Amino acid sequence: MISSYNLSHLGELEAEAIYVIREVAAQFENPVLMFSGGKDSITICHLARKAFHPAKIPFSFLHVDTGHNFPETIEFRDKLVKEVGVHLIIASVQDTIDSGKVSEEKGPNASRNALQTTTLLEAIEKHKFDAAIGGARRDEEKARAKERFFSHRDEFGQWDPKNQRAELWSLFNGRKNAGEHFRIFPLSNWTEMDVWQYMLQEKLDTPSIYFSHKRKVLKRNGILLAASEFIAVRDNEIVEEKIVRFRTIGDMTCTGAIESSASSIEEVIEEVASARSTERGGRLDDQRTEAAMEDRKKEGYF
Amino acid sequence: MKETNGIDSKTYMNLEILRFTTVGSVDDGKSTLIGRLLYDSKSIFDDQYDAIKKSSEQKGESTVNLALLTDGLRAEREQGITIDVAYRYFATPKRKFIIADTPGHVQYTRNMVTGASSARLAIILIDARKGVVEQTCRHSFIASLLKIPHMVVCINKMDLVDWDQDTFESIKMHFKAFASKLEIADLRFVPISALKGDNIVNRSKNMDWFDGPTLMYLLETIHIGSDLNHVDCRFPVQAVIRPQSTEHHDYRGYAGKVAGGVFKAGDEVMILPSGFTSTISSIDSYDGEIKEAFAPMSITIRLEDEIDISRGDMIVRVNNVPHISQDIELMICWLSEKPMSLNGKYGVKHTTKEARCIIKDIRYKVNVNNLHRIEDDKNVGLNDIARISIRTTQPFFFDKYSRNRTTGSVILIDEGTNETVGAGMII
Repeated sequence: MISSYNLSHLGELEAEAIYVIREVAAQFENPVLMFSGGKDSITICHLARKAFHPAKIPFSFLHVDTGHNFPETIEFRDKLVKEVGVHLIIASVQDTIDSGKVSEEKGPNASRNALQTTTLLEAIEKHKFDAAIGGARRDEEKARAKERFFSHRDEFGQWDPKNQRAELWSLFNGRKNAGEHFRIFPLSNWTEMDVWQYMLQEKLDTPSIYFSHKRKVLKRNGILLAASEFIAVRDNEIVEEKIVRFRTIGDMTCTGAIESSASSIEEVIEEVASARSTERGGRLDDQRTEAAMEDRKKEGYF
Repeated sequence: MKETNGIDSKTYMNLEILRFTTVGSVDDGKSTLIGRLLYDSKSIFDDQYDAIKKSSEQKGESTVNLALLTDGLRAEREQGITIDVAYRYFATPKRKFIIADTPGHVQYTRNMVTGASSARLAIILIDARKGVVEQTCRHSFIASLLKIPHMVVCINKMDLVDWDQDTFESIKMHFKAFASKLEIADLRFVPISALKGDNIVNRSKNMDWFDGPTLMYLLETIHIGSDLNHVDCRFPVQAVIRPQSTEHHDYRGYAGKVAGGVFKAGDEVMILPSGFTSTISSIDSYDGEIKEAFAPMSITIRLEDEIDISRGDMIVRVNNVPHISQDIELMICWLSEKPMSLNGKYGVKHTTKEARCIIKDIRYKVNVNNLHRIEDDKNVGLNDIARISIRTTQPFFFDKYSRNRTTGSVILIDEGTNETVGAGMII
């Protein structure tokens, strides 16, 4: 299927992402890599290591911490950061709340998901980051499908999707005025399947919650949420133990689990290939309205 | 909706990628076609389908509007048009596909250029009731200008012309007459109905007079292996890797993405602009040394001699050197509402090199409908295509765009707004 001077799709996607990451290092003075501990940021971290090998990754990592994370993710994050030898900056949503800049959402579906935007923009301003590399992929969500590799943000951190810069060939234009910044998405052309395949090929380690495990869950709006101190159980909701895994890792208050027995990357791949719903179908944050992602992104969300 | 489509952890590891773009006039059914491709190849998920079904019902539409799958912005859904490029992904057991769904409206032509610049195949949609219209000509011309090697003309809405063969043949003839003035390496025609699904994935029962391949068959089988240049060795240096650690104290590598040709350890190379020669001592990657590096691989090259090399330089073979000049002739597609300024200065980017340039001459504009040269009106505005010459502040190392899409392309940047205002192809 592949002629001798042809890369496989994973090879081509890897080469493209490495090129983008190297462009960031060349075009910006103070870039940062947004790291959540999820599979996409693990993949980016690996690609960044490849891009500068045998030198170290020349930028810090930034984690926007809602305080409602899965403990397994945090444990994994700390282990990886130590192994790679990068500096980790933690921007805390709790701090933003305590400073009075945002207030906690109320009601049973309260989530700190949207509050992250303020914390992220504050961190970008405080540390004077001029580029933030993220793991968002165009296949995840319809507003993300419109993203450029180099995505301009104005001095308020806003995205203007109707008036984006033309992005031609692989000539990325990162020019900007003081106070503006760029969001960079090296995995733009990857799908959920590509990421898993790549992790299999590269033998990358992941947080254990991507694989099947026993967990106490409750069903809300058709989504299985992990029972935790951050979720107020309503009278009609039943907490029960199920064999589940997570397809995406976000805040515990909005990330849904799926019932699954997939316990290895190979099994996850088989499951993804026959999946009947999208990866973010289990995200309460996207379900709030049809344009939930677009609206958050315009304000400066990931 | 989605059954397993024959992809598993073994077959999927080694697919080719085909990047294609869909272009056509407003309402020719581009978004519907993409929706159909995704739907019939079982790449639409239940929750996506349910969401667009709900939206279609709310809008009072009688059938599920597959176009809603690709219109990702609120404004697009409200107006029922595509404003910006949307990227879609699907895979079959044969290939992985990246679709750039581009807008049809004239004012969004710049976004079409964006989507088309990385495509290896273009699907041109024509409404069977309307035939070849101005936008068809403009888009086909841009696609040929951007040297998209394969073009598939889909004559859509055949269901609305009673599946009539004569209509298909007459549009085909009309298009061929126009296309004879373009440089299109590989041109195909398929009569389809995106709405009903005829000749998309499944062969049409309504058009048994058509014995050519379906659109999906073309997408899965068109030979794309030879689209990249593996002859002229071109390696634009992106960054210099200096680890500054005791373990790799003397390491000095040149990182970049191969733009053409095949590089091997032991090759004699020349560095531009200095003209110094050296030998490749190794080609490195995180996973170890690489025997042969070719486009589009991202690699790191080490040389036997210590030479001053920095970002923007280019490593080439001694006996195959690109053009080196400060004067460059371009076909340019103008992307800004602010017209091009003759003798104006712009930022210019070419491979990893950045400089300034001045517009020396606007030679002519192109009338995209008949491809005639316009020499008496040299006001180049939004969406205009023109032949110009520029002079750069330092020499560029380039090839003709027709020879190499990477070393033959530039962008112009407005130094006031930082916007990308021009897409240039070197002649």
